[in-house]
Amino acid sequence: MRDIAKSQPLEDQRTSVYRVDPEHPESESLPTLRTEELLLNMGPQHPSTHGVLKVILELEGERIVKSTPVMGFLHRGVEKLAEDGTYHQFIPHTDRLDYVCAMYNNFAYCRAVEKLMNITVPERADYLRTIVGEVQRIIGHQFWLGTQALDIGAMTVFFYTFRDREILLDWFDELCGARLTTSWYRIGGVERDLTPSLVQKLRKFLDYFPPKIDEYVVFLEKNRIWLSRTKGVAVISGEDAISFGLSGPTLRGSGVDYDLRKYESYAAYPKCEFSVPVGKNGDTYDRYWIRVEEMRESLKIIRQCLDQVPAEGPIMADVPSVTLPPKERVFTNLESMIQQFKLFSHGFDAPPGEIYCGTEAHKGELGFYIVSTGGGKPYRLKIRAPSFIHMGAFDHMSRGYMIADAVTIFGTYDIVMGECDR
Amino acid sequence: MHPVAETIQRLFPNGFEKAVEWREDLAIIVKRGSLHEVARFLHDEPELEFDYIVHVSSVDWPDDEERFEVVYEFYSIRRRQRIRLKTRIPESDPVVDSLTDIWKGADFMEREVYDMMGIRFRNHGDLRRILLPDDYNEGYPLRKDFPLQGKGWRDTFEFLNETAR
Repeated sequence: MRDIAKSQPLEDQRTSVYRVDPEHPESESLPTLRTEELLLNMGPQHPSTHGVLKVILELEGERIVKSTPVMGFLHRGVEKLAEDGTYHQFIPHTDRLDYVCAMYNNFAYCRAVEKLMNITVPERADYLRTIVGEVQRIIGHQFWLGTQALDIGAMTVFFYTFRDREILLDWFDELCGARLTTSWYRIGGVERDLTPSLVQKLRKFLDYFPPKIDEYVVFLEKNRIWLSRTKGVAVISGEDAISFGLSGPTLRGSGVDYDLRKYESYAAYPKCEFSVPVGKNGDTYDRYWIRVEEMRESLKIIRQCLDQVPAEGPIMADVPSVTLPPKERVFTNLESMIQQFKLFSHGFDAPPGEIYCGTEAHKGELGFYIVSTGGGKPYRLKIRAPSFIHMGAFDHMSRGYMIADAVTIFGTYDIVMGECDR
Repeated sequence: MHPVAETIQRLFPNGFEKAVEWREDLAIIVKRGSLHEVARFLHDEPELEFDYIVHVSSVDWPDDEERFEVVYEFYSIRRRQRIRLKTRIPESDPVVDSLTDIWKGADFMEREVYDMMGIRFRNHGDLRRILLPDDYNEGYPLRKDFPLQGKGWRDTFEFLNETAR
């Protein structure tokens, strides 16, 4: 080691290190340090990248000059797999896209297939879908808030959000037998009904949760570190955000009022009153504020749906060639069993054509573009994943900020790599 | 015909091929050469204002003469309407003009189409693989001639028969 140090040409180093800064002639007497760009590999196993993601940062000092995301570590070829299975068989795959928020992925996919098949979902099923979708949105935002605060250094919030998230995950467990990979939605309806116990638990949660949101907010909004690391960080203007195709809270943070629940309203959303929080500054703090407000709005939506949902009624559309028969009939009725068998082995015949259907998931617009040439399998299925598209703006949003802010920016997209890489 | 489609047919008589409306989705099919100018028109025209890019996708039709189909989907935030723009390209020359100069978000979306389908985008600037590794040389996975089941470790086991692998 010592030999190497000795062999370095000391003279040369000095001449290159000390030079006069032409922009600051007043500092002529002071030697300035030579600067050069540094390449830093962040990831792919960085604890704050929310999955396996690598970013190559070009740094000048501690400032990011350019960043290049390297993705695809979690690429499983879901779109290719979709071409080999029936429409029903793809529902569990959608759970694994954004594994934090499986219900809403199911919802988005089922809606797309229903648009392709031109199926109308019964009213009660629409309400159930909305209720569970909004519960999932709360879970997603809780998860986001906890991990974002953890990334920034406020560890306590993580425990509080995860405590409340557990309640809802247990609720999912009782609803469909799974906490994360739920597959509860079906094409044309939902798999099973809410039981009175589930309704009671959810109503209890509606009363329990609003003070807890205030609790999270108290932790963060009085925290100077949180404020200085989110306010004015990763600012993106509304025009740029639109041009990049950002969606969800990331777009609304920049003051663009774009929420598909409101403007291409579906399921029971048109029957509910809720507001869409829109930010002003387009910084990380505004996006945080929007997500907190959305949790409150979701509670409102759930409460209205629980009040309005018809007490009786089918939870599955009655289109025997497409939708599944009720499970209890499958075991007792021959025709239903044949129907179930045929739907799972061959699938249903979709008409030739193509549709795109976007749904407002908690990260942004989750869309499915399905091309059908007839037959039981999609010819091509493209997933418009908000996480992937948000990563496209990463370079633009991170330029000029510190290395530590890169972590904030991953967080502010609410990125999940399962969805990003598909 | 949908008024937007009529406008495009009137202004781009050479580039316009047809318009399809199905399940409330409007799709406009244009010739490859005029894709960029039609897209520019959709974006800039104050009456239309398709300022939001939803997705870029591609479909492989191996039996057709013009094998690949590139699909763009746009949305107008102010007018709250969607449009799909499509074009067909042959396998021998799978090149279309990039739309990155109109919508910044097209950058990653077009890279994904290149990665998955092997369609090249002229004037893209940074056309590299995005989800697959940079040195991946086994083709483009979403083409229909790409095998669904890949070669795995178990394929090297000679004592397993075809089905057991």
